[in-house]
Amino acid sequence: MYVAVKGGERAIDAAHAWLAEERRGDPAIPELSVAQIRSQLTLAVNRVMTEGALYDPDLAALAIKQARGDLIEAIFLLRAYRTTLPRLGTSQPLETAKMQVSRRISATFKDLPGGQVLGPTFDYTHRLLDFALMAEGEMPAAPTAPVRDDPVPHVMGLLDRDGLIEPAPEGGTPADLTRAPLEFPADRALRLQSIARGDEGFLLGLAYSTQRGYGRTHAFVGELRIGTVAVEMEIPELGFAVEIGEIEVSECETVNQFKGSKTEPPQFTRGYGLVFGQNERKALSVSLVDRALRWQELGEDFVGAPAQDEEFVLSHCDNVQATGFLEHIKLPHYVDFQAELELIRRLRREALQEAAE
Amino acid sequence: MSLLTDRRALMGLLARAAPDRLAALAGPLPEAIELRPAQTGTVMVQGRIGGTGAAFKMGEMVVTRCSVQVAGIAGHAHVQGRDKAHARTAAVLDAMWQADPARIAALLAPLAAEETARRQTRAAKAAATRVEFFTLVRGEDQ
Repeated sequence: MYVAVKGGERAIDAAHAWLAEERRGDPAIPELSVAQIRSQLTLAVNRVMTEGALYDPDLAALAIKQARGDLIEAIFLLRAYRTTLPRLGTSQPLETAKMQVSRRISATFKDLPGGQVLGPTFDYTHRLLDFALMAEGEMPAAPTAPVRDDPVPHVMGLLDRDGLIEPAPEGGTPADLTRAPLEFPADRALRLQSIARGDEGFLLGLAYSTQRGYGRTHAFVGELRIGTVAVEMEIPELGFAVEIGEIEVSECETVNQFKGSKTEPPQFTRGYGLVFGQNERKALSVSLVDRALRWQELGEDFVGAPAQDEEFVLSHCDNVQATGFLEHIKLPHYVDFQAELELIRRLRREALQEAAE
Repeated sequence: MSLLTDRRALMGLLARAAPDRLAALAGPLPEAIELRPAQTGTVMVQGRIGGTGAAFKMGEMVVTRCSVQVAGIAGHAHVQGRDKAHARTAAVLDAMWQADPARIAALLAPLAAEETARRQTRAAKAAATRVEFFTLVRGEDQ
Protein backbone atom coordinates (compact mmCIF):
# COMPACT_ATOMS: atom_id res chain seq x y z
CA MET A 1 0.00 0.00 0.00
CA TYR A 2 1.24 3.48 -0.81
CA VAL A 3 0.20 6.42 1.30
CA ALA A 4 0.90 9.93 0.07
CA VAL A 5 2.60 12.12 2.62
CA LYS A 6 3.04 15.81 1.95
CA GLY A 7 5.20 18.41 3.58
CA GLY A 8 8.68 18.06 2.08
CA GLU A 9 8.41 20.68 -0.67
CA ARG A 10 10.14 23.51 1.16
CA ALA A 11 13.01 21.25 2.23
CA ILE A 12 13.35 19.84 -1.30
CA ASP A 13 13.42 23.31 -2.87
CA ALA A 14 16.10 24.40 -0.43
CA ALA A 15 18.11 21.23 -1.08
CA HIS A 16 18.01 21.86 -4.84
CA ALA A 17 19.00 25.49 -4.42
CA TRP A 18 21.97 24.42 -2.34
CA LEU A 19 22.82 21.75 -4.91
CA ALA A 20 22.97 24.46 -7.60
CA GLU A 21 25.26 26.54 -5.42
CA GLU A 22 27.54 23.59 -4.68
CA ARG A 23 27.63 22.73 -8.38
CA ARG A 24 28.93 26.20 -9.16
CA GLY A 25 31.57 25.89 -6.42
CA ASP A 26 33.71 28.84 -5.34
CA PRO A 27 32.44 31.87 -7.30
CA ALA A 28 35.97 33.29 -7.23
CA ILE A 29 37.01 30.47 -9.61
CA PRO A 30 35.89 30.82 -13.25
CA GLU A 31 32.88 28.71 -14.22
CA LEU A 32 33.40 25.67 -16.50
CA SER A 33 31.73 26.00 -19.87
CA VAL A 34 30.03 23.10 -21.65
CA ALA A 35 32.45 23.63 -24.56
CA GLN A 36 35.41 23.22 -22.17
CA ILE A 37 34.00 19.96 -20.85
CA ARG A 38 33.31 18.74 -24.38
CA SER A 39 36.79 19.47 -25.64
CA GLN A 40 38.91 18.82 -22.53
CA LEU A 41 37.09 16.01 -20.70
CA THR A 42 36.45 14.17 -23.94
CA LEU A 43 36.80 10.67 -22.55
CA ALA A 44 34.18 11.37 -19.88
CA VAL A 45 31.92 12.77 -22.61
CA ASN A 46 32.50 9.59 -24.64
CA ARG A 47 31.60 7.37 -21.72
CA VAL A 48 28.39 9.30 -21.08
CA MET A 49 27.42 9.06 -24.77
CA THR A 50 28.15 5.33 -24.91
CA GLU A 51 26.30 4.38 -21.73
CA GLY A 52 23.62 6.97 -22.36
CA ALA A 53 23.29 5.27 -25.78
CA LEU A 54 22.96 8.67 -27.44
CA TYR A 55 25.65 10.30 -29.55
CA ASP A 56 25.67 14.05 -28.94
CA PRO A 57 28.87 15.48 -27.42
CA ASP A 58 27.24 18.81 -26.50
CA LEU A 59 24.42 17.20 -24.56
CA ALA A 60 26.77 14.74 -22.87
CA ALA A 61 29.01 17.63 -21.78
CA LEU A 62 25.99 19.53 -20.46
CA ALA A 63 24.89 16.43 -18.54
CA ILE A 64 28.36 16.10 -16.96
CA LYS A 65 28.24 19.74 -15.86
CA GLN A 66 24.74 19.40 -14.46
CA ALA A 67 25.66 16.14 -12.67
CA ARG A 68 28.73 17.76 -11.06
CA GLY A 69 30.94 15.15 -12.75
CA ASP A 70 28.91 12.16 -11.50
CA LEU A 71 29.00 10.18 -14.73
CA ILE A 72 26.21 7.74 -13.86
CA GLU A 73 23.96 10.69 -13.01
CA ALA A 74 24.98 12.29 -16.34
CA ILE A 75 24.15 9.05 -18.19
CA PHE A 76 20.76 9.04 -16.47
CA LEU A 77 20.12 12.64 -17.64
CA LEU A 78 21.02 11.75 -21.22
CA ARG A 79 18.80 8.65 -21.21
CA ALA A 80 15.92 10.72 -19.85
CA TYR A 81 16.40 13.37 -22.54
CA ARG A 82 16.44 10.67 -25.23
CA THR A 83 12.96 9.57 -24.27
CA THR A 84 11.62 13.02 -25.24
CA LEU A 85 12.84 12.71 -28.84
CA PRO A 86 10.99 11.06 -31.72
CA ARG A 87 12.81 8.33 -33.64
CA LEU A 88 13.45 9.62 -37.17
CA GLY A 89 14.89 6.43 -38.61
CA THR A 90 17.58 3.77 -38.56
CA SER A 91 20.99 4.14 -40.16
CA GLN A 92 22.61 1.80 -42.62
CA PRO A 93 25.08 -0.47 -40.79
CA LEU A 94 28.38 1.40 -40.28
CA GLU A 95 31.26 0.54 -42.58
CA THR A 96 34.09 0.51 -40.05
CA ALA A 97 36.50 -0.74 -42.74
CA LYS A 98 36.24 2.80 -44.19
CA MET A 99 37.05 4.43 -40.84
CA GLN A 100 39.45 7.37 -40.83
CA VAL A 101 41.61 5.91 -38.11
CA SER A 102 43.31 7.94 -35.42
CA ARG A 103 44.43 4.73 -33.70
CA ARG A 104 44.74 1.22 -35.02
CA ILE A 105 46.74 -1.55 -33.39
CA SER A 106 46.94 -5.32 -33.53
CA ALA A 107 48.44 -7.53 -30.85
CA THR A 108 48.44 -10.54 -33.17
CA PHE A 109 50.29 -9.29 -36.24
CA LYS A 110 53.28 -7.00 -36.19
CA ASP A 111 53.33 -6.12 -39.86
CA LEU A 112 49.93 -5.57 -41.36
CA PRO A 113 48.53 -3.48 -44.21
CA GLY A 114 47.92 0.05 -42.97
CA GLY A 115 50.42 -0.37 -40.13
CA GLN A 116 50.23 0.00 -36.36
CA VAL A 117 49.04 3.53 -35.56
CA LEU A 118 49.25 4.43 -31.87
CA GLY A 119 47.13 7.59 -31.92
CA PRO A 120 46.56 9.74 -28.81
CA THR A 121 47.01 6.93 -26.27
CA PHE A 122 47.80 6.67 -22.54
CA ASP A 123 49.72 3.45 -23.32
CA TYR A 124 53.48 3.78 -22.72
CA THR A 125 53.01 6.85 -20.51
CA HIS A 126 54.70 6.50 -17.14
CA ARG A 127 51.59 7.30 -15.12
CA LEU A 128 53.47 9.97 -13.22
CA LEU A 129 51.44 13.01 -12.27
CA ASP A 130 52.33 15.83 -14.63
CA PHE A 131 52.59 18.94 -12.52
CA ALA A 132 53.09 21.01 -15.65
CA LEU A 133 49.33 20.64 -16.18
CA MET A 134 48.73 22.59 -12.97
CA ALA A 135 50.32 25.61 -14.56
CA GLU A 136 48.74 27.27 -17.54
CA GLY A 137 50.96 27.21 -20.56
CA GLU A 138 51.39 26.71 -24.26
CA MET A 139 51.15 23.19 -25.57
CA PRO A 140 53.75 22.08 -28.11
CA ALA A 141 52.10 21.00 -31.38
CA ALA A 142 51.87 17.26 -32.00
CA PRO A 143 54.29 16.10 -34.70
CA THR A 144 52.96 15.22 -38.14
CA ALA A 145 54.19 12.93 -40.88
CA PRO A 146 53.28 12.52 -44.54
CA VAL A 147 49.94 10.75 -44.93
CA ARG A 148 50.07 7.44 -46.79
CA ASP A 149 46.88 6.58 -48.52
CA ASP A 150 47.16 2.80 -47.99
CA PRO A 151 43.90 1.08 -47.20
CA VAL A 152 43.50 -0.06 -43.58
CA PRO A 153 41.68 -3.39 -43.94
CA HIS A 154 40.24 -5.29 -40.98
CA VAL A 155 42.83 -7.70 -39.58
CA MET A 156 40.19 -10.42 -39.32
CA GLY A 157 39.87 -10.35 -43.11
CA LEU A 158 43.46 -11.61 -43.36
CA LEU A 159 42.68 -14.65 -41.19
CA ASP A 160 39.29 -15.13 -42.81
CA ARG A 161 40.87 -15.39 -46.26
CA ASP A 162 42.68 -18.56 -45.20
CA GLY A 163 39.68 -19.99 -43.34
CA LEU A 164 41.61 -19.77 -40.06
CA ILE A 165 38.85 -17.88 -38.25
CA GLU A 166 35.10 -18.26 -38.09
CA PRO A 167 33.31 -15.94 -40.54
CA ALA A 168 31.23 -13.04 -39.20
CA PRO A 169 27.54 -14.02 -38.93
CA GLU A 170 25.25 -12.83 -41.72
CA GLY A 171 21.63 -11.84 -42.04
CA GLY A 172 18.70 -11.34 -39.70
CA THR A 173 16.88 -8.23 -38.58
CA PRO A 174 18.26 -7.11 -35.23
CA ALA A 175 15.89 -6.58 -32.31
CA ASP A 176 16.00 -3.23 -30.46
CA LEU A 177 15.88 -3.20 -26.69
CA THR A 178 14.72 0.43 -26.69
CA ARG A 179 11.55 -0.71 -28.48
CA ALA A 180 10.75 -4.10 -26.91
CA PRO A 181 11.63 -5.35 -23.44
CA LEU A 182 14.68 -7.60 -23.16
CA GLU A 183 13.76 -11.29 -23.29
CA PHE A 184 15.89 -14.38 -22.81
CA PRO A 185 17.48 -16.05 -24.60
CA ALA A 186 18.76 -12.91 -26.35
CA ASP A 187 20.53 -13.27 -29.68
CA ARG A 188 24.02 -11.92 -30.26
CA ALA A 189 22.83 -8.66 -31.86
CA LEU A 190 20.65 -7.86 -28.85
CA ARG A 191 23.42 -8.80 -26.42
CA LEU A 192 25.81 -6.46 -28.24
CA GLN A 193 23.31 -3.58 -27.98
CA SER A 194 22.78 -4.26 -24.31
CA ILE A 195 26.44 -4.52 -23.31
CA ALA A 196 27.50 -1.60 -25.52
CA ARG A 197 25.38 0.64 -23.23
CA GLY A 198 26.32 -1.34 -20.11
CA ASP A 199 28.37 0.01 -17.23
CA GLU A 200 32.07 0.17 -18.06
CA GLY A 201 33.17 -0.89 -14.59
CA PHE A 202 30.80 -3.85 -14.47
CA LEU A 203 31.89 -5.09 -17.91
CA LEU A 204 35.55 -4.50 -17.13
CA GLY A 205 35.18 -6.68 -14.02
CA LEU A 206 33.42 -9.42 -15.98
CA ALA A 207 35.99 -9.32 -18.80
CA TYR A 208 38.79 -9.51 -16.23
CA SER A 209 37.09 -12.47 -14.55
CA THR A 210 37.23 -14.40 -17.85
CA GLN A 211 40.97 -13.72 -18.06
CA ARG A 212 41.43 -15.00 -14.52
CA GLY A 213 39.72 -18.28 -15.32
CA TYR A 214 35.99 -17.77 -14.79
CA GLY A 215 34.97 -18.80 -18.29
CA ARG A 216 38.35 -18.46 -19.93
CA THR A 217 38.39 -17.82 -23.70
CA HIS A 218 42.08 -17.00 -24.35
CA ALA A 219 41.54 -13.63 -26.02
CA PHE A 220 44.11 -11.87 -28.18
CA VAL A 221 43.39 -8.38 -29.47
CA GLY A 222 43.24 -9.05 -33.18
CA GLU A 223 42.52 -5.42 -33.83
CA LEU A 224 41.57 -2.27 -32.00
CA ARG A 225 40.67 0.74 -34.10
CA ILE A 226 39.43 4.19 -33.19
CA GLY A 227 38.39 6.86 -35.64
CA THR A 228 35.53 8.54 -37.42
CA VAL A 229 32.96 6.84 -39.62
CA ALA A 230 30.20 8.25 -41.77
CA VAL A 231 26.61 7.51 -40.72
CA GLU A 232 24.30 7.02 -43.68
CA MET A 233 20.55 6.70 -43.71
CA GLU A 234 18.08 6.06 -46.47
CA ILE A 235 15.79 9.07 -46.84
CA PRO A 236 12.28 8.09 -48.00
CA GLU A 237 11.76 11.40 -49.87
CA LEU A 238 14.92 10.79 -51.87
CA GLY A 239 14.91 7.03 -52.29
CA PHE A 240 18.65 6.80 -51.65
CA ALA A 241 20.98 6.85 -48.66
CA VAL A 242 22.77 10.04 -47.67
CA GLU A 243 25.32 10.83 -45.02
CA ILE A 244 23.63 12.39 -41.99
CA GLY A 245 26.77 12.90 -39.96
CA GLU A 246 30.05 11.52 -38.81
CA ILE A 247 30.74 9.87 -35.46
CA GLU A 248 33.80 8.66 -33.61
CA VAL A 249 33.76 5.01 -32.58
CA SER A 250 36.06 2.43 -30.97
CA GLU A 251 36.01 -1.07 -32.39
CA CYS A 252 37.68 -4.14 -30.93
CA GLU A 253 37.93 -7.61 -32.36
CA THR A 254 39.41 -10.44 -30.37
CA VAL A 255 40.82 -13.70 -31.68
CA ASN A 256 39.95 -16.51 -29.30
CA GLN A 257 40.54 -20.18 -28.72
CA PHE A 258 39.66 -22.63 -31.42
CA LYS A 259 36.71 -24.74 -32.01
CA GLY A 260 36.53 -27.68 -34.34
CA SER A 261 34.41 -30.73 -34.84
CA LYS A 262 34.42 -34.05 -36.69
CA THR A 263 33.39 -32.24 -39.87
CA GLU A 264 35.08 -28.85 -39.39
CA PRO A 265 38.84 -28.39 -38.94
CA PRO A 266 39.85 -26.19 -35.97
CA GLN A 267 39.27 -22.45 -36.40
CA PHE A 268 39.83 -19.41 -34.24
CA THR A 269 36.66 -17.85 -32.82
CA ARG A 270 36.04 -14.14 -32.27
CA GLY A 271 34.54 -11.58 -29.92
CA TYR A 272 33.40 -8.10 -30.97
CA GLY A 273 32.86 -4.72 -29.36
CA LEU A 274 31.77 -1.41 -30.90
CA VAL A 275 31.13 1.71 -28.82
CA PHE A 276 30.82 5.48 -29.28
CA GLY A 277 33.86 7.74 -29.01
CA GLN A 278 37.41 6.94 -28.00
CA ASN A 279 36.63 4.36 -25.36
CA GLU A 280 38.97 1.44 -25.82
CA ARG A 281 38.74 -0.12 -22.35
CA LYS A 282 35.01 -0.42 -22.93
CA ALA A 283 35.36 -1.79 -26.48
CA LEU A 284 37.83 -4.39 -25.20
CA SER A 285 35.60 -5.36 -22.27
CA VAL A 286 32.57 -5.69 -24.54
CA SER A 287 34.41 -7.99 -26.94
CA LEU A 288 35.63 -10.28 -24.15
CA VAL A 289 32.16 -10.48 -22.60
CA ASP A 290 30.57 -10.96 -26.05
CA ARG A 291 32.85 -13.95 -26.61
CA ALA A 292 32.21 -15.45 -23.16
CA LEU A 293 28.43 -15.22 -23.74
CA ARG A 294 28.75 -17.28 -26.95
CA TRP A 295 29.61 -20.55 -25.13
CA GLN A 296 26.40 -22.31 -26.14
CA GLU A 297 26.57 -21.40 -29.83
CA LEU A 298 30.20 -22.59 -29.93
CA GLY A 299 29.49 -25.88 -28.12
CA GLU A 300 31.54 -24.99 -25.03
CA ASP A 301 30.75 -26.05 -21.47
CA PHE A 302 28.88 -23.78 -19.11
CA VAL A 303 31.25 -23.65 -16.17
CA GLY A 304 28.97 -21.46 -14.07
CA ALA A 305 31.08 -18.35 -14.66
CA PRO A 306 29.22 -15.04 -14.25
CA ALA A 307 30.43 -13.79 -17.66
CA GLN A 308 28.81 -16.82 -19.35
CA ASP A 309 25.42 -16.22 -17.76
CA GLU A 310 23.51 -14.05 -20.22
CA GLU A 311 20.60 -13.36 -17.91
CA PHE A 312 22.96 -12.30 -15.12
CA VAL A 313 25.09 -10.10 -17.40
CA LEU A 314 22.30 -8.41 -19.36
CA SER A 315 20.02 -7.90 -16.37
CA HIS A 316 22.70 -6.21 -14.30
CA CYS A 317 24.95 -4.32 -16.72
CA ASP A 318 22.72 -1.27 -17.14
CA ASN A 319 23.84 1.29 -14.58
CA VAL A 320 20.75 3.48 -14.94
CA GLN A 321 18.48 0.57 -14.06
CA ALA A 322 20.85 -0.58 -11.34
CA THR A 323 21.26 2.79 -9.71
CA GLY A 324 17.53 3.49 -9.96
CA PHE A 325 16.62 0.34 -8.11
CA LEU A 326 19.48 0.60 -5.64
CA GLU A 327 18.90 4.24 -4.79
CA HIS A 328 15.15 3.97 -4.49
CA ILE A 329 15.67 2.32 -1.10
CA LYS A 330 16.76 5.74 0.19
CA LEU A 331 13.27 7.08 -0.43
CA PRO A 332 10.62 6.91 2.30
CA HIS A 333 9.50 3.36 3.08
CA TYR A 334 7.76 4.43 6.29
CA VAL A 335 4.68 2.27 5.79
CA ASP A 336 6.62 -0.86 4.74
CA PHE A 337 8.91 -0.46 7.68
CA GLN A 338 6.01 0.19 10.05
CA ALA A 339 4.55 -3.20 9.01
CA GLU A 340 7.90 -4.93 9.66
CA LEU A 341 8.13 -3.21 13.02
CA GLU A 342 4.63 -4.32 13.89
CA LEU A 343 5.49 -7.89 12.91
CA ILE A 344 8.72 -8.12 14.84
CA ARG A 345 7.05 -6.69 17.97
CA ARG A 346 4.35 -9.35 17.74
CA LEU A 347 6.87 -12.17 17.19
CA ARG A 348 8.90 -11.01 20.16
CA ARG A 349 5.80 -10.76 22.31
CA GLU A 350 4.81 -14.31 21.37
CA ALA A 351 8.33 -15.66 21.95
CA LEU A 352 8.49 -14.02 25.38
CA GLN A 353 5.06 -15.40 26.29
CA GLU A 354 6.09 -18.92 25.23
CA ALA A 355 9.27 -18.64 27.27
CA ALA A 356 7.26 -17.55 30.31
CA GLU A 357 4.78 -20.45 30.03
CA MET B 1 34.59 21.72 -57.18
CA SER B 2 34.26 18.15 -58.40
CA LEU B 3 33.17 16.94 -54.97
CA LEU B 4 29.78 18.60 -55.25
CA THR B 5 28.70 17.31 -58.62
CA ASP B 6 26.76 14.68 -56.74
CA ARG B 7 23.77 15.46 -54.51
CA ARG B 8 24.80 12.78 -51.99
CA ALA B 9 28.18 14.45 -51.53
CA LEU B 10 26.49 17.84 -51.10
CA MET B 11 24.07 16.54 -48.48
CA GLY B 12 26.87 14.82 -46.57
CA LEU B 13 28.93 18.01 -46.55
CA LEU B 14 25.95 20.04 -45.31
CA ALA B 15 25.18 17.46 -42.59
CA ARG B 16 28.75 17.49 -41.24
CA ALA B 17 29.23 21.26 -41.44
CA ALA B 18 29.64 23.42 -38.34
CA PRO B 19 26.35 25.41 -38.22
CA ASP B 20 28.02 28.83 -37.74
CA ARG B 21 30.43 28.36 -40.60
CA LEU B 22 27.67 27.14 -42.92
CA ALA B 23 25.46 30.11 -42.06
CA ALA B 24 28.33 32.52 -42.69
CA LEU B 25 29.11 31.01 -46.10
CA ALA B 26 25.49 30.71 -47.18
CA GLY B 27 24.73 34.38 -46.50
CA PRO B 28 21.15 35.61 -46.92
CA LEU B 29 18.87 32.81 -48.10
CA PRO B 30 15.92 33.11 -50.51
CA GLU B 31 12.28 32.76 -49.46
CA ALA B 32 11.38 29.16 -48.69
CA ILE B 33 8.12 27.38 -47.91
CA GLU B 34 8.48 24.92 -45.06
CA LEU B 35 7.17 21.56 -46.21
CA ARG B 36 8.19 20.05 -42.91
CA PRO B 37 9.49 22.43 -40.26
CA ALA B 38 12.78 21.54 -38.61
CA GLN B 39 12.35 18.70 -36.13
CA THR B 40 14.93 17.20 -33.76
CA GLY B 41 14.91 13.47 -33.09
CA THR B 42 17.16 10.46 -33.04
CA VAL B 43 18.45 7.98 -35.56
CA MET B 44 19.32 4.48 -34.40
CA VAL B 45 22.89 3.81 -35.51
CA GLN B 46 23.58 0.24 -36.56
CA GLY B 47 26.89 -1.58 -36.44
CA ARG B 48 27.87 -4.92 -37.92
CA ILE B 49 28.83 -7.95 -35.83
CA GLY B 50 32.52 -8.59 -36.43
CA GLY B 51 32.78 -5.33 -38.41
CA THR B 52 31.43 -6.91 -41.60
CA GLY B 53 28.58 -9.23 -40.55
CA ALA B 54 24.95 -8.99 -39.51
CA ALA B 55 23.57 -5.67 -38.26
CA PHE B 56 22.96 -4.80 -34.61
CA LYS B 57 21.66 -1.64 -32.92
CA MET B 58 24.53 0.28 -31.42
CA GLY B 59 22.87 3.37 -29.95
CA GLU B 60 21.18 6.51 -31.19
CA MET B 61 22.48 9.85 -32.44
CA VAL B 62 20.73 13.21 -32.34
CA VAL B 63 19.65 14.42 -35.77
CA THR B 64 17.56 17.37 -36.97
CA ARG B 65 15.63 17.19 -40.23
CA CYS B 66 13.88 19.79 -42.34
CA SER B 67 12.16 19.95 -45.75
CA VAL B 68 11.55 23.17 -47.67
CA GLN B 69 10.49 24.33 -51.10
CA VAL B 70 12.44 27.04 -52.90
CA ALA B 71 11.05 28.31 -56.24
CA GLY B 72 9.04 25.11 -56.67
CA ILE B 73 11.94 22.76 -55.88
CA ALA B 74 11.90 20.58 -52.74
CA GLY B 75 15.04 20.51 -50.63
CA HIS B 76 15.68 18.06 -47.79
CA ALA B 77 18.17 17.87 -44.97
CA HIS B 78 19.13 15.59 -42.11
CA VAL B 79 21.93 17.09 -40.04
CA GLN B 80 23.78 15.92 -36.95
CA GLY B 81 22.86 17.67 -33.70
CA ARG B 82 19.99 19.82 -32.45
CA ASP B 83 20.48 22.99 -34.49
CA LYS B 84 17.22 23.72 -36.32
CA ALA B 85 18.65 26.68 -38.24
CA HIS B 86 21.41 24.38 -39.50
CA ALA B 87 18.84 21.88 -40.82
CA ARG B 88 16.79 24.63 -42.48
CA THR B 89 19.84 26.21 -44.12
CA ALA B 90 20.96 22.79 -45.38
CA ALA B 91 17.50 22.07 -46.83
CA VAL B 92 17.39 25.44 -48.60
CA LEU B 93 20.87 24.89 -50.04
CA ASP B 94 19.84 21.42 -51.22
CA ALA B 95 16.95 22.97 -53.15
CA MET B 96 19.19 25.73 -54.54
CA TRP B 97 21.80 23.19 -55.60
CA GLN B 98 19.21 21.33 -57.69
CA ALA B 99 18.44 24.57 -59.57
CA ASP B 100 22.05 25.62 -60.03
CA PRO B 101 24.67 23.07 -58.90
CA ALA B 102 27.67 25.09 -60.06
CA ARG B 103 26.73 28.18 -58.05
CA ILE B 104 26.15 26.26 -54.80
CA ALA B 105 29.27 24.16 -55.34
CA ALA B 106 31.30 27.37 -55.64
CA LEU B 107 29.61 28.86 -52.59
CA LEU B 108 30.41 25.79 -50.47
CA ALA B 109 33.89 25.15 -51.89
CA PRO B 110 35.60 26.69 -48.83
CA LEU B 111 33.61 24.38 -46.54
CA ALA B 112 34.78 21.30 -48.45
CA ALA B 113 38.37 22.59 -48.49
CA GLU B 114 38.35 23.27 -44.74
CA GLU B 115 36.98 19.81 -44.02
CA THR B 116 39.65 18.18 -46.18
CA ALA B 117 42.34 20.22 -44.41
CA ARG B 118 41.00 19.19 -40.98
CA ARG B 119 41.01 15.53 -41.98
CA GLN B 120 44.51 15.83 -43.44
CA THR B 121 45.80 17.35 -40.21
CA ARG B 122 44.39 14.47 -38.16
CA ALA B 123 45.69 11.91 -40.64
CA ALA B 124 49.14 13.53 -40.53
CA LYS B 125 49.20 13.35 -36.71
CA ALA B 126 48.12 9.71 -36.89
CA ALA B 127 50.85 9.02 -39.47
CA ALA B 128 53.45 10.40 -37.04
CA THR B 129 52.35 7.76 -34.49
CA ARG B 130 52.71 4.89 -36.95
CA VAL B 131 55.23 2.38 -35.64
CA GLU B 132 58.19 1.59 -37.87
CA PHE B 133 59.52 -1.72 -36.55
CA PHE B 134 63.10 -2.73 -36.83
CA THR B 135 64.44 -6.08 -35.69
CA LEU B 136 67.63 -6.64 -33.73
CA VAL B 137 69.22 -9.87 -34.90
CA ARG B 138 70.86 -11.93 -32.18
CA GLY B 139 74.25 -13.52 -32.85
CA GLU B 140 73.19 -17.17 -32.47
CA ASP B 141 70.37 -16.75 -34.99
CA GLN B 142 72.67 -15.83 -37.83
